[in-house]
Amino acid sequence: MDLGARLLNGEKRAVARLITMIENNEKEAVNILKKYYNKTGKAHVIGITGPPGAGKSTLTDKLIKQLRKEGKTIGVIAIDPTSPFTGGSILGDRVRMNELSTDPGVFIRSMGTRGQLGGLSKATQGAVKILDIYGVDYIFIETVGVGQSEVDIAKNADTTLMVMVPGLGDDIQAIKAGIMEIGDVFAINKADRDGAKRTATEIEIMLDFNKTDRRPPVQKVIAIENKGIDELIVHIKEHMNYLKETGQLHKKRIKNSKLEIVDLIQQKMMNMILDRSSKEEIVDKLAKDVALRKLDPYSAGEKILEEIK
Amino acid sequence: MDRPIRVLVAKPGLDGHDRGAKVIARALRDAGMEVIYTGLRQTPEQIVSAAIQEDVECIAMSILSGAHNTLLPKVVEILQKEGVDDILVLGGGVIPDEDIPFLKEKGIKEIFTPGTPTSKTIEFIRNNIKR
Amino acid sequence: MVLKEKLDQIKETYIAYEEKVGESLKKRPERKETFESGSGEIVNRLYTPLNIENFDYEKDLGMPGSFPYTRGVQPNMYRGRLWTMRMYAGFATAEESNKRYKFLIEQGSMGLSVAFDLPTQIGYDSDHPLAEGEVGKVGVAIDSLADMEILFDGIPLDKVSTSMTINAPASVLLAMYIAVAEKQGVTPEKLRGTIQNDILKEYIARGTYIFPTEASMRLITNIFEYCSKEVPQWNTISISGYHIREAGSTAAQEVGFTLADGIAYVEAAINAGLDVDTFAPRLSFFFNAHNDILEEVSKFRAARRLWAKIMKERFNAKKPKSMQLKFHTQTGGSTLTAQQPENNIVRVAIQTLAAVLGGTQSLHTNSKDEALALPTEESVRTALRTQQIVAYESGAADTVDPLAGSYFIEAKTKEIEEEAMEYIRKIDEIGGAPRAIDNGYIQQEIMDAAYNYQRDIENGKRIIVGMNKFQTKEEPPKGLLRVDPIVGELQKKKLKDLRARRDNELIKERLENLRKACEGNDNLMPYILDAVRVYATLGEICGVMRKVFGEYQQSIQL
Repeated sequence: MDLGARLLNGEKRAVARLITMIENNEKEAVNILKKYYNKTGKAHVIGITGPPGAGKSTLTDKLIKQLRKEGKTIGVIAIDPTSPFTGGSILGDRVRMNELSTDPGVFIRSMGTRGQLGGLSKATQGAVKILDIYGVDYIFIETVGVGQSEVDIAKNADTTLMVMVPGLGDDIQAIKAGIMEIGDVFAINKADRDGAKRTATEIEIMLDFNKTDRRPPVQKVIAIENKGIDELIVHIKEHMNYLKETGQLHKKRIKNSKLEIVDLIQQKMMNMILDRSSKEEIVDKLAKDVALRKLDPYSAGEKILEEIK
Repeated sequence: MDRPIRVLVAKPGLDGHDRGAKVIARALRDAGMEVIYTGLRQTPEQIVSAAIQEDVECIAMSILSGAHNTLLPKVVEILQKEGVDDILVLGGGVIPDEDIPFLKEKGIKEIFTPGTPTSKTIEFIRNNIKR
Repeated sequence: MVLKEKLDQIKETYIAYEEKVGESLKKRPERKETFESGSGEIVNRLYTPLNIENFDYEKDLGMPGSFPYTRGVQPNMYRGRLWTMRMYAGFATAEESNKRYKFLIEQGSMGLSVAFDLPTQIGYDSDHPLAEGEVGKVGVAIDSLADMEILFDGIPLDKVSTSMTINAPASVLLAMYIAVAEKQGVTPEKLRGTIQNDILKEYIARGTYIFPTEASMRLITNIFEYCSKEVPQWNTISISGYHIREAGSTAAQEVGFTLADGIAYVEAAINAGLDVDTFAPRLSFFFNAHNDILEEVSKFRAARRLWAKIMKERFNAKKPKSMQLKFHTQTGGSTLTAQQPENNIVRVAIQTLAAVLGGTQSLHTNSKDEALALPTEESVRTALRTQQIVAYESGAADTVDPLAGSYFIEAKTKEIEEEAMEYIRKIDEIGGAPRAIDNGYIQQEIMDAAYNYQRDIENGKRIIVGMNKFQTKEEPPKGLLRVDPIVGELQKKKLKDLRARRDNELIKERLENLRKACEGNDNLMPYILDAVRVYATLGEICGVMRKVFGEYQQSIQL
């Protein structure tokens, strides 16, 4: 059986191998995704993001356990940063989800950001499709909400769960700008700690500026004690219902599809340009000239474009 | 494209001494690998499940509890049962020399005992994974 | 304090000295650009009064047996009584461990130290699936009071002092010990010993935790309270830096993180309504002894002084005993090499000297083969003899704190104290040790140090004799101790028999009582003791608590 058939057949090893191939940009995997693309779009994709130390993995673990009790199947993509210096990474999110490792209804995959331009979102979107074809009911994408690309990924989900934690102090100010638009549901984890109330108030105040018709709910949780998890799941499901009832799900998916197509075109173009200009060498040479002020970057860009015309 | 080697670093058994596992995880990362770290008290079943889902090329296990003769072969056994034959399985920790032939016979490709430089482990992984 | 004019004069001669040395260095450079201590701290060429400019004998040292106890907790130290030579032992079944204890007592060991196997330490019975392959491996397997009765058979519990390396289920094992004593006709107030009972360092470094922080802290304060009334001679906790150091910390981190843990326990007990002077005298500590003897001696002295100040100034302790840091020492397991194991005897001897010159109250010396396997009887004997040689032949035990007043030692003591205090300040800022563990700060600091250490060894900056220099071709060692895998089966069978013959209805009732107590606020010790007495197993008791309290999840920081 080929990988695609094995994927449809529900083989975890096929899922795993295909994700690797997508991560490594292998053509065969793209062909399989082309073939089975019509089988995607069924899973509810949930992006989980928030500052480091907010307890995202623990929360994910608890959400999954609850959904498993309802008989739902789950895929998880946990993304951690790759070291820009060595290209290596330590992906440690499974530590919080160890009990789920052997659960046949759960598939967990860790990914490093690997730092390629646009590569991460491409790999993530590919992995989401693979899990979707595989047939899980929910797909969680967990990222640390610090880099723009990570936030972008969370944004592409159907529902974005923003996890906050008391006592971040000024950090919340920094995140503020980004979270207004992307959080569909807010969770304040470790809500038994000092400052939980203040964090809630701060988020509520920010949400007061929200001009859309739906005000995101703010749920206090204590993930390690399994408190507030049921309520959080209700909020997540309600968001999906809201998206469906208002027709926004369709709109959102059109928007995301458009973004994805544009992204793919950009990448193809880039590759094409780099290929034509004999593997970056010409770009490198021009870059040197630009740096030495022998040439300006505008003309350099035009020069390269001239070549492929 | 030069893709990173993916390695699962796991601690089977109940001992909590993870200094070695953490040091090796860091060293592998600094050697450009993607390390999936799973933490303490992993059963052989959990290790294999994780290895399959993560599609790793190598499983590196650290054990200091003395249960190596039971737990390490069990990991290989379950891998075989799952039909996986392309993952390099390694062990490390306080393992007496006289146990090493037995473990190798059971399919653990190499055993790294205390005092092994991390560079040696890195090199071994690079040279022995299936690509 | 040295007079100002005198100091100026020394400064002049010191400058002259440095110039002179500088001249000769041009011809003959030193072995290294910089010299570093075992913990990677810069070590100067020479120490003079200039390095301890503000040194104040009365304030910084005082006399032995008085505040701030820098020179030791007793006025005459080992001239009165030597430290307790306590060899950590235990493996396989209770029967075999019992034999080893009797052997050690015969050989002159002065106190017992019980090592439990991992399933026991994590609160699983020997027939639990996770116990597979682990039963009796790193210590003795104890499933119920029945095993404990065998373990101490023929050992009068009013005569020995027993240290038990048990943490998460400490209350259960202590209850079993009390119950065995009852059967011997020994009342609890006569019992002497220590339980490790230090959960925070399990989260940080050792890994045999069960319950989440809050429940664990409750169990610990329950023990403090119970023992202060019922088992007054028992050391209720051994706050351990040993494992923090084994995980790769520096000497200053060992002190800083251990005392920060200590602060957390004291705060928890005070918050539970206990008066500091009722429980603080029973707190004890446990440190590591590594090879850099001068740094280690300074470390022990710094820890004593800093703890005394913390207890007095931060917690307003009134009793002198509350301010005295008493500690057990174990030589550093991670300093031993699997290569040329004989060399380890020498390392252990140096470390023993460090612990004794640092004023330890008791000492375990590692055996030469511990980097390879559990120690054999012969190697344990050599390790014990090492202590006896230091005690009776070296002279190090005959005068109190003999290194005091050394410019280097006093400068180093101060440096470690300050660095440790800096860590405590940082942990206070984070919100205390439990929080600093939860967010991974402490683990990360230790890991950074461990990784640097490893890199220094690999790039040859740090020399380990026999390992990365002076290697020889070796034959694999022979005659290592092996635990018979049959032990697991044996223990399982014992459990099965026990479950068949005990009063299971009564056990159900006692466990139900315990469950209710866990949900409420009562001290849990009496409930655990009640369950233990009727032979409820460790796994059953911990199982009840697991259900109510949940389990701890480790925080990974790499």
